Amino acid sequence: MMLSDWTLWLEWLIKSLVVTFGLLTGFAYLTWYERRALARIQARIGPNRAGPQGLLQPIADAIKLIFKEELVPAKADKTLFFWAPVITMIPSLIIAAVIPWGPAIEMFGRVIRLSIADLNVGVLYLMSIASIAVYGIVLAGWSSNNKYAMLGGLRSSAQMISYELALGLSFATSIILANSMRMLDIVEAQRNLWFVVVQPVGAVIFWIATLAEVNRAPFDMPEAEQELTAGYHAEYSGMKFALFFMAEYQKMIVVSAILATLYFGGYLGPFVDRFPWLGPIYMIIKIVILLFVMIWVRATWPRIRYDRLMAFGWKILLPLSLAIAFITATGILLADLSGNPLYFWAIPVVSVLAGLFTVAVIYRELRRKAYGRV
Amino acid sequence: MLEYVAIALLIALALVVALAAIGLGYLFGPRKQSAVKAQPYESGINPFGEGTRRMPVRFYLIAVLFILFDIEVVFFLPWAIAFRQLGLFGLIEMVLFIVILLVGYIYAWKKGALEWE
Repeated sequence: MMLSDWTLWLEWLIKSLVVTFGLLTGFAYLTWYERRALARIQARIGPNRAGPQGLLQPIADAIKLIFKEELVPAKADKTLFFWAPVITMIPSLIIAAVIPWGPAIEMFGRVIRLSIADLNVGVLYLMSIASIAVYGIVLAGWSSNNKYAMLGGLRSSAQMISYELALGLSFATSIILANSMRMLDIVEAQRNLWFVVVQPVGAVIFWIATLAEVNRAPFDMPEAEQELTAGYHAEYSGMKFALFFMAEYQKMIVVSAILATLYFGGYLGPFVDRFPWLGPIYMIIKIVILLFVMIWVRATWPRIRYDRLMAFGWKILLPLSLAIAFITATGILLADLSGNPLYFWAIPVVSVLAGLFTVAVIYRELRRKAYGRV
Repeated sequence: MLEYVAIALLIALALVVALAAIGLGYLFGPRKQSAVKAQPYESGINPFGEGTRRMPVRFYLIAVLFILFDIEVVFFLPWAIAFRQLGLFGLIEMVLFIVILLVGYIYAWKKGALEWE
């Protein structure tokens, strides 16, 4: 394979276009899906006027936003104000580069892998891009020269870096289980058994940490409407606001895809070896289910208080995810050394016990706070 | 290395999409600036003071602690890849490393660095 091979460039270009437009379409219809699902949960109907079942609603929204005036506050830092939404949106798109959407297929006489880049440090790439995402939000909050935006940006950065630790450690847990950082190897390692079975607590920690990373309810403090109006994008309007919106929903899709890949077997499913085209379909089914859980969580839980949010990240998730990573590694090592698979099956048992213990500690602490004398 | 060229291509494409979105708004949106519109939004009252002001020191504390523990995670990853080859020795080594870090963690906790009052 050489760079001078034009078919390689064509392949990359087609794959990039497919991923980009797939995510853009996914974003548009995720907004529709979220509004419909939320409405159903709250016994409303939701948008159903534009097109059948309201299916044209995202297009109507996009057209509306295009024709909106864009305001730039007089005292804003103009350059940063312009680039902040772009910097937020790019990582949310490129993070999808390493996700494998299916097994390699053969087409036009060449083997085509269904991921843009099959990096051998795939998980490292995910972690680094996920941490870049915070820059755009901080810059947006700072450059607006608005108190609400500034507070929103600060809160968001503190929250995202706090939960990044637990996120990194639960990435490490799946690396330990798969013994590789390549996304394709991680999926193939789950051929017999999804990692969520071996390490259910790791998957839950990952899920909670990603909810905080993408600023979704119940961790949507940066944009808490009641106290910060809109948080870091309070001063944004028109298409620049749309970019922030786009980034948030694309991140939702992508983190669901990552969770599906790391813990729920990725593109694996029945008959996927005989019909490789089933891979992307399984992937999309898993993503939609995980997205529904995200929306469900938003409809169910109230926003948690900021001090509790930080305490939860630092005092509970960090030690727990560390313990989970060690339990996993110890179990695998003991099973390797003694040749007794019983140690391997101790991993889920001990992990769930650790998880239950944590829940009990939280419950006791909250009760003590609720009934204790101050 | 070839794979990174593909990622560079995707970054370029993402940049094009983002700039195209802003460009569309620039093309079709009205532009009628006025002094009142250019004020920062403060729920309708007249804005007072600077928009970017001093921030609570807690945020710096969190940032410093984050650097410390993120480096821990960074050290964790190579071990996570190689722990099967390293065997029991690697595990004990890692436990020692984490215990040393835990001392700092407990210190920060007891000092109240993790409290938000």
